[in-house]
Amino acid sequence: MTAEDRLYTLIAELTYLCPLRCVYCSNPTNLAAHPDRLSTADWLRVFGQAAELGALQLNLSGGEPLLRRDLEELVAGAHALDFYSNLITSGLPLTRERLLRLKEAGLSSVQVSVQDSVKSESDRIAGRTSFEQKLDVARWVKELDLPLTLNVVLHRQNLDRVAEIIALAESLNVDRLELANTQYLAWALANRGALLPSQAQLDNARAIARAAKERLKGRMEVLFVLPDYYSDRPKACMSGWGKRYLLVSPDGLALPCHLAHTLPGLSFDNVQERSLADIWHHSAAFAAFRGEAWMPEPCKSCDRREIDFGGCRCQAFHLTGNAAVTDPACSLSPQHGLISEARAAAQTPQLLPLGLRYREILR
Amino acid sequence: MSEAPLSLELKPKLAPKTKLRLDPKTGKYILLYPEKGLLLNPTGAAILKLCDGQRSLSEIIGTLALEFQSDPDVLRPEVLGFMQGLLDRGLLQAAP
Repeated sequence: MTAEDRLYTLIAELTYLCPLRCVYCSNPTNLAAHPDRLSTADWLRVFGQAAELGALQLNLSGGEPLLRRDLEELVAGAHALDFYSNLITSGLPLTRERLLRLKEAGLSSVQVSVQDSVKSESDRIAGRTSFEQKLDVARWVKELDLPLTLNVVLHRQNLDRVAEIIALAESLNVDRLELANTQYLAWALANRGALLPSQAQLDNARAIARAAKERLKGRMEVLFVLPDYYSDRPKACMSGWGKRYLLVSPDGLALPCHLAHTLPGLSFDNVQERSLADIWHHSAAFAAFRGEAWMPEPCKSCDRREIDFGGCRCQAFHLTGNAAVTDPACSLSPQHGLISEARAAAQTPQLLPLGLRYREILR
Repeated sequence: MSEAPLSLELKPKLAPKTKLRLDPKTGKYILLYPEKGLLLNPTGAAILKLCDGQRSLSEIIGTLALEFQSDPDVLRPEVLGFMQGLLDRGLLQAAP
């Protein structure tokens, strides 16, 4: 590792349990293999170790973090460590009273998701009735003077309503609107045929988002995250493996990203057995894709190798079976055909709506 | 879209979604906001510490000129450019 590898953000995936069943959920598809194993004291110890490593941001995520009954305690612990803490939530289950307790415990900001601007569609993609509760939560967040991000994952079935989604965000007076195109991994990869948009849909939505960004400048931050299936070069996934982020899964695995534990051949340490500093600095799994030594061609001699770091290791593995090849999203990848074929198939209207595979519910 | 120049009477303050704190690893101030952070140089940090919603831009520039012993006329465009960038990103708010 180099001096530039500095932990800024701890992503605490407190539980994979979730009341929603979103068809593009980024949790691993083998949820049951990673049950909640960390106690309140374990999480607070991990927060402290992350702060010592230099982390300033803490994302409280999941699954649904509200399902942890000790969330108030965890937020208070994060506050005592001076973290910028961000609650990333579906908004279920939550009362205004509990949100107030979280604010009083020192929560810095809240990110609420909706799945669409239309109730029936939002509920369909989420796999349960949830839209109105989400809007209530968004309103409570503003009433309690907490900064609000509205997150909407975009795909073929809602991209044509980007203007309505932006209007919804404006009506809620959100501080930040995250229009994030689906990343086709995990559950989203299983549903790719039904979710991948056409070029025309994407171009249209992007133009609308760009105009809104300009119009709302200074009032609402509008982010539009392109799907890497439609960009020529891959994303700098997690800003590089083991460079800025560390994620802890509900069962205590310390990971460089949301799905690293789905990669074969890597052994990830558990925070119950090893300190974060030891894992960050010395573990084999964090070293595996740091730097350039692991890179194959065309990455190895590419002038963008320090910009995108070869893209996403999980996408490489889940599309090609090998985590150590160039991300196929890169048009220079010898396996880019895997992307361009999927993209070509998305250009024509589907004759029949494709069935969706819903995320499992764990109890 | 052309920007109207910032009025020197504006009283800027940090947006509620931000948190200004010292980064112990670098010894520099960092402005944190959802999912991101802006590492500040000493001038940037000094500017933001003065953005309390009470001081006007002209007072802020005057204070900085004393602190950094520099000419307010040289400082002004730099400070205004920095502030405009933060206003556009919603990290700073300005009441008249």
